[in-house]
Amino acid sequence: MNVLLFTLLVGLGSLSAGFLGALTGLGGGVVLVPLLALVFKVDIRYAIGASLVSVIATSSGAAAAYVKEGFSNIRIGMFLEIATTLGALLGAFLALKVPTPAIAIIFGLMLLYSAYLSGRPQTVIAEHDEPDPLATRLRMNGTYPSADGPRTYCPRRVTAGFSLMFGAGTLSGLLGIGSGAVKVLAMDQAMKIPFKVSTTTSNFMIGVTAAASAGVYLNRGYIDPGLAMPVMLGVLAGSLLGTRVLVKARTRSLRLVFSLVIALLGLEMIYKGIVGGI
Amino acid sequence: MKATTEWTDRRVEDVIGNLLRAGVLLSALVVWSGAVIYLIRHRHDPADYRVFHGEPTDLRHIHGILHDSIALHGRGIIQLGLLLLIATPIARVAFSVFGFAEERDWMYVGFTLIVLLILLYSLGWSS
Repeated sequence: MNVLLFTLLVGLGSLSAGFLGALTGLGGGVVLVPLLALVFKVDIRYAIGASLVSVIATSSGAAAAYVKEGFSNIRIGMFLEIATTLGALLGAFLALKVPTPAIAIIFGLMLLYSAYLSGRPQTVIAEHDEPDPLATRLRMNGTYPSADGPRTYCPRRVTAGFSLMFGAGTLSGLLGIGSGAVKVLAMDQAMKIPFKVSTTTSNFMIGVTAAASAGVYLNRGYIDPGLAMPVMLGVLAGSLLGTRVLVKARTRSLRLVFSLVIALLGLEMIYKGIVGGI
Repeated sequence: MKATTEWTDRRVEDVIGNLLRAGVLLSALVVWSGAVIYLIRHRHDPADYRVFHGEPTDLRHIHGILHDSIALHGRGIIQLGLLLLIATPIARVAFSVFGFAEERDWMYVGFTLIVLLILLYSLGWSS
């Protein structure tokens, strides 16, 4: 395949990944690496490098809009970014040491987990946990706009959230993904932050987390301009399009199909990791 | 006192939003220009990413990337655009240090400085 055709096909693939990712709220990053590795036979290290770069682009692009709407909590985001950036550095160094079949298997498990999360019905926030005094000391309590005026919230278990965030950062650095699934889990399940606030704050953090591993990736030659170019431009355009039509589209069945695709890609990654050829 | 704090918070968030938008837009434009040069010159070359070689050293370091961009190498210009993209969230964090300092929230100035140091340490790998 020549460079022009390769660029066009990868660009189209990334555009669809970004579009579906934004439309379903699952993020395009998770399908990019399997798409590049399994379909385009790209070495997983180049795939991870290109994916990481596109993650920064979509996160920053989307965060720009969310920050203005007033949903994201920049204090919670900044505090937790200490954990995610440290984790991302660790993940990037691990990526240099861990053999590629093992990375493929971890990636596959991550895909299965994302598919499981998106297929599951949204949980209602239980109010039995006490507000964490640490959250108040860290000035994390906040309000968000709702139909009946501003609503207040107080984060719960901050330490648990912080530790989970370190894990999310490590996964992000190791796999070149935003690991939004783990971030939302940390903020939703552990800290009981309202869904709108946790998803937008997570998006806000993803770019900074990815930037923390990007330096290491760049230095180790994982980021190839010829590959990263169509991936970054494609995913960015796709996700911008996706957010535009998001309001009108019925996403329920689409979400189901997309999570099925993610699960299948996950199984394929695990299989390839075990039998070799990745 | 509450009202003024909230107002400052909103203003900081507005600037951050604009900063992120501008950074992404600028880097996409630079990547696009590099892509045009790269595709014109190399469109018939074979594209093969099956085997990992790692990038040549000039595309791994800020100095080399700048050098290649000035020489109008397509791949160098794309890499410069990607570097701008990586710098965008870092600039956002740097601005947040300023924002929290304006609000005299020294605890968060401290937290933000820690994040900034981690990011600069990582980027330092490619200087």
